[in-house]
Amino acid sequence: MRDWRFTARQLAKNPLSLIGVILIAIFLVIAIFAPLIAPMPAGQTDPYMIPRDGYWAEPRPPSELHPFGTTQGQYDVFYGVIWGARTAFRVALIVISVSILIGIVLGSLAGYFGGVLDEVIMRITDIFMAFPWLILAMALVTVLGPSMKSVLIALCVVWWPSYARLIRGDILQVREEDYVEAARGLGASSARVIMRHVLPNAIYPALIMASLDIGAVVLSAAALSFLGLGAPEGYADWGQLTQFAQNWIIGPMNDPLKYWYAVTIPGLFIFFFVLGWNLLGDAFRDIFDPRLARR
Amino acid sequence: MELRAYIIRRLLLLFPVLLGVTLFIFGITMLFSPIERASLYVSGVREFSDLPEIIARFGLDRPFFMQYGTWINQVLHGNLGWSFVVGMPVWDAVWSFLPATLELAMFAAPLIVFMGIFLGTRAAAHKDKPVDHVTRILAISGWSLPTFWLGLILMMIFYGLIRGFLPPGRLSVPMDFVVHSAGFTRYTTINTIDAILNLNGPVLLDALRHLILPVITISTVNVAFIMRLMRSSMLESLGRGYVLTARAKGLSERIVVNKHARRNALIPVITVSGYVFAGLAGGAVITESIFAYKGIGWWAYQAASRLDIASILGFALFTGFLFVLVNLIVDIIYTRVDPRVRLGGTVQ
Repeated sequence: MRDWRFTARQLAKNPLSLIGVILIAIFLVIAIFAPLIAPMPAGQTDPYMIPRDGYWAEPRPPSELHPFGTTQGQYDVFYGVIWGARTAFRVALIVISVSILIGIVLGSLAGYFGGVLDEVIMRITDIFMAFPWLILAMALVTVLGPSMKSVLIALCVVWWPSYARLIRGDILQVREEDYVEAARGLGASSARVIMRHVLPNAIYPALIMASLDIGAVVLSAAALSFLGLGAPEGYADWGQLTQFAQNWIIGPMNDPLKYWYAVTIPGLFIFFFVLGWNLLGDAFRDIFDPRLARR
Repeated sequence: MELRAYIIRRLLLLFPVLLGVTLFIFGITMLFSPIERASLYVSGVREFSDLPEIIARFGLDRPFFMQYGTWINQVLHGNLGWSFVVGMPVWDAVWSFLPATLELAMFAAPLIVFMGIFLGTRAAAHKDKPVDHVTRILAISGWSLPTFWLGLILMMIFYGLIRGFLPPGRLSVPMDFVVHSAGFTRYTTINTIDAILNLNGPVLLDALRHLILPVITISTVNVAFIMRLMRSSMLESLGRGYVLTARAKGLSERIVVNKHARRNALIPVITVSGYVFAGLAGGAVITESIFAYKGIGWWAYQAASRLDIASILGFALFTGFLFVLVNLIVDIIYTRVDPRVRLGGTVQ
């Protein structure tokens, strides 16, 4: 509890982190109130599918009906970016909670027991980290068949190793503490020592880091979607909206920036979302720097 | 430990890493049924009747480890398979796409490392001054930019708005013709180097024009990253006793910062720079795809999205090799920067 209050006080002192908090709050509001901001047209069943206004390929500029214009295939950009905020939070939450869970289990096994088990688990993470994550994720999505579920699975597969390493490192430090020794001396089982004494004391930095990874996860998911490996066509997703605009970055001779809205708007949403988390993350790193004395 | 013994021991580490990476990729592709994998080799519906024969000939229905064993055996005999996305053997594909990627890395890596170190040092030396705040905001923004979007925006401005100024691809059509003509020797197939060796100004200029946007796109995120790392490493170094001593001796601030503090702050930056370089040389998938810049990353993207298994495995071997090699080089550079570090041991 003292940790949280200290963190909050430090954050309030830094104007940049405040901007980060505000950006995140705005996106939270957008995500929560998406059905009110961009109501689903009557007759549609899946709110995550962007309504389209015809099938004409060329994007159309902002109008009263489509405040941010339409992109390739007449998908409404405004609807897409608003519901895309929900997609972003959903992807980030699922990927991070699954990877951190895997990370906790494997990281604590490796860190607490050490020896051969540690060696094996760490070499496995080496293998994952030796291979470019994007290619691995792409191959996985291709094999599993492009869908939102495949993207989530692929991102979890490439994300867990870093958490396993982080948590292992934290556990190695806590393992030698006197209270852990005491619990073991009292005859507590390994499972109990890990769950009750080691993990609660080792997990705080990992949780903070994980929450700040939200921006990075969303950036990676967007990259996959942009490469055409992700959500089905028309799914409210920022990466995919950027991909739609890929053929329209250059307008006709007399109006080179004709389709600016289709290109810039979805990217700006990704940028500000990630920026919010990174601003917060930067402040956190200063706070958690052990060399800066507390209180 | 003797340098040679150390290098040999580290190179032996290659085998478990490569075995692990390929085993994993192989395992993923085995999720497909033999029929699905066989159909990757046929070009039309009419050839579907050949599927049973293909399965039998390549043993696609045999147990997992036997198929993997066959593949390893082939690789040991120098046969990496056929990359159908580009219609050439995998080995040839790696060698034909590598120069383009190396050319990109050749320009981007020094830019990233020197800019990152320079800006990071400045920010740390002027902590909480305007320089620090401005570079911090720039770094966090650069770090948050989606690479693919940055590429599109740059192209929108420098290719669309300023019509045709900095085009995508590696060379424009007339220059490509020159490069492939009899009077132009392709020593390395790295266009800029070949142009200099052939004393051909127009080709050099054209190649550079095509390189500017991809280099900027790929560098932005990485400069931001190295800069922040350098800053925090530098701040730690500036707080140490030897910096205090140097200041107490009356040395000028410039020498204290550049000689005493920076040298020690470089160590973590070197490691990360190694990874950045490995990442660049391993192919920048997104950047190369956006700018139709046909390098390793572009090839890997084609292979992964069309499930060219032989190519993906070949690429896995290549990147695994690169990863181990770069790690080794980084370790050797360490001993030059920090004499206390001994190869194969810990800091004394």
